[in-house]
Amino acid sequence: MAKNDLLGGSLWDQYSNKVTTLMNNPQHQGEITEEEASAAGHKLIVADFGAESCGDAVRLYWEVDPANDTIVNSKFKSFGCGTAIASSDMMTELCLGKTVQEAVKITNIDVEMALRDSPDVPAVPPQKMHCSVMAYDVIKKAAGLYLGVDENSFEDEIIVCECARVSLGTLREVIKLNDLKTVEQITDYTKAGGFCKSCIKPGGHEAREYYLVDILADVRAEMDQEKMRAAADAGSHGDFEAMTLVQKIKAIDGIVDESIRQFLIMDGGNMEVIDIKDSPDYIDVYIRYLGACNGCASSSTGTLYAIEATLKEKLSQKIRVLPI
Amino acid sequence: MQVYLDNNATTMVDPAVVQAMVPFFSEVYGNPNSLHRYGTASHPAITKAINQMYKGINAGDNDDIIFTSCATESNNWVLKSVWIDKIVNGDKNHIVTTEIEHPSVLSTCKFLEEQGVKVTYLPVNDQGIVEAHTLRSFITDKTALVSVMWANNETGMIFPIKEIGEICKERGVLFHTDGVQAVGKIPVDVQDVHVDFMSMSAHKFHGPKGIGALYIKNSEALTPLLHGGEHMGGRRSGTLNVPYIIGMGKAIELATENIEAKMASIRAKRDRLEDALLAQLEDVMVVGNRDNRTPNTILISIRGVEGEGMLWDLNNALIGASTGSACASESLEANTVMLAIGADNELAHTGIRLSLSRFTTDEEIDYVIERFENAVKRLRAISSSYAKVQPTPGGEAGECHIHH
Repeated sequence: MAKNDLLGGSLWDQYSNKVTTLMNNPQHQGEITEEEASAAGHKLIVADFGAESCGDAVRLYWEVDPANDTIVNSKFKSFGCGTAIASSDMMTELCLGKTVQEAVKITNIDVEMALRDSPDVPAVPPQKMHCSVMAYDVIKKAAGLYLGVDENSFEDEIIVCECARVSLGTLREVIKLNDLKTVEQITDYTKAGGFCKSCIKPGGHEAREYYLVDILADVRAEMDQEKMRAAADAGSHGDFEAMTLVQKIKAIDGIVDESIRQFLIMDGGNMEVIDIKDSPDYIDVYIRYLGACNGCASSSTGTLYAIEATLKEKLSQKIRVLPI
Repeated sequence: MQVYLDNNATTMVDPAVVQAMVPFFSEVYGNPNSLHRYGTASHPAITKAINQMYKGINAGDNDDIIFTSCATESNNWVLKSVWIDKIVNGDKNHIVTTEIEHPSVLSTCKFLEEQGVKVTYLPVNDQGIVEAHTLRSFITDKTALVSVMWANNETGMIFPIKEIGEICKERGVLFHTDGVQAVGKIPVDVQDVHVDFMSMSAHKFHGPKGIGALYIKNSEALTPLLHGGEHMGGRRSGTLNVPYIIGMGKAIELATENIEAKMASIRAKRDRLEDALLAQLEDVMVVGNRDNRTPNTILISIRGVEGEGMLWDLNNALIGASTGSACASESLEANTVMLAIGADNELAHTGIRLSLSRFTTDEEIDYVIERFENAVKRLRAISSSYAKVQPTPGGEAGECHIHH
């Protein structure tokens, strides 16, 4: 929120002139019949995407010349808002003259770019970006029908945010590389989740297979595990300061058993390690004296010094031993 | 010609209301709480406005009508202060409301749920109204408040407030009604029905925006929402918004005097429009029995025509209407009222609300009838729902995945 957001934007005023013009007067609206296509020796492909109950539905017609797989004629029908009609129209336009193999590379981003009046100004406001996503989906479907392959085979990666076309792989990499901790940061870095917001978490406009919140949680968990593994490796190589807490306790107990406890027992005493606290300057080891050590004058002077010196020498110069 | 048919969203301020307000900006501008003559100069006019308000809803002398900044404030005040008085500082823990209240009630209830309050959202029937007997089974010993709107903003459907009020009275539960869509549109008599609190908004009945009110039966205790200089008997602090109070008083007087005749005139135009649309268009449906609807409202669903697309075309024809559906709102959701009614998801994306006022003319209705049909024809010509050539086998759409 800030000054510019105080008065919610006027949705329609943010449409480009191209969107407005095509909404008022779509150029490729209509149908192609089987008779028309077969009369010219062409193949008719008709694909649907979405449904009225979704609030958006588009039907794409392709008349393809089987000799060279070229889309010689294309029409659309659309149940949807202004941007859905305009982007369907632009998608149809972009298909014309292309081969099916070329057309399948058209993305919703291409459609949106083609609808811009100037290259730097988005054609539609963020919450309308999803309206052009269907255009991309229906092309894949039509291409799948023509080529006799599964429509999903055109997608070589998993797209998490369809509005900004950001893949799962990209998201995972960006989170790791930049140590991102919030969804807002992900949106800042990748634009994912910045448009219709469906991919942020369940319960949005559209149900998704992957959500940013889950991806973030998974990647963070993996990063934590990796950190732990690194610490474990460091520990096994004897790097005390990089060890996890449990490793540190084990290491200290090991030293105590090996070179300290026997001397305390000889005098009728003993000790136990209670806790370890890390700070930038010190690793504080809290211990408790048992038996005869308890109350012994040396326990806060000579004995304590000996314990600390041993641990410092064997493990880390940062160690401070504090009796409680 | 341009036609404004979005009077459930807001209305034109009646020029007579503006005229009544004008002197209280730069001529009589004193603070009514001041002791000097500048302050007291506005008192007769404020008293008149208060009387107009009491008369407008037939409130009794022991009742309070407190001016607020809007009905959203009134609704927030009742819900949050009943929560403080009866739940935080009492032994209750439950509020009952409906699925199709205004966001100022629903969002406040969601907030209260986050604070640990139990909230029951009553379902509506296929007419879009809560049946009074449904309420009975949901009231418990722990129920602090029932909040049910008098009439719905989307459908215009009128709720059985009298029966609901009786149930609340019988069970000793406070009853609040959001009367925003009822006051000024249909007769509202708070002595005929049992309501403890009723929210009102001036701009829904040709008064100015930025002023509302809360009716409080028998001056029922309710912790203030706004603390401050003890204005309005300490019930709602904040310097009295003198010109707007005077405007609201004038507006409710104009809206409620001879209300039966005004209703008959609006209803005749509404029915003519509704009949014409139903006659000239196939595959259309109007929500709710018109006898139980505010006389100015039509919520019509047009198969194959997405709501925002329709609004766009109507706007191009200089007709202002509204839709709660799909793309039109920032939230991109289907019309929640239509979904609550149990309408198909398809219909929930095709709802168009036309709401008239006493300023709507017969010529305007004629114009809308003509342009509405043109818009439907154009959009159905583009619509995939009305396409003739069917998909290549395998090319049909899968399950709709855009759902909650």
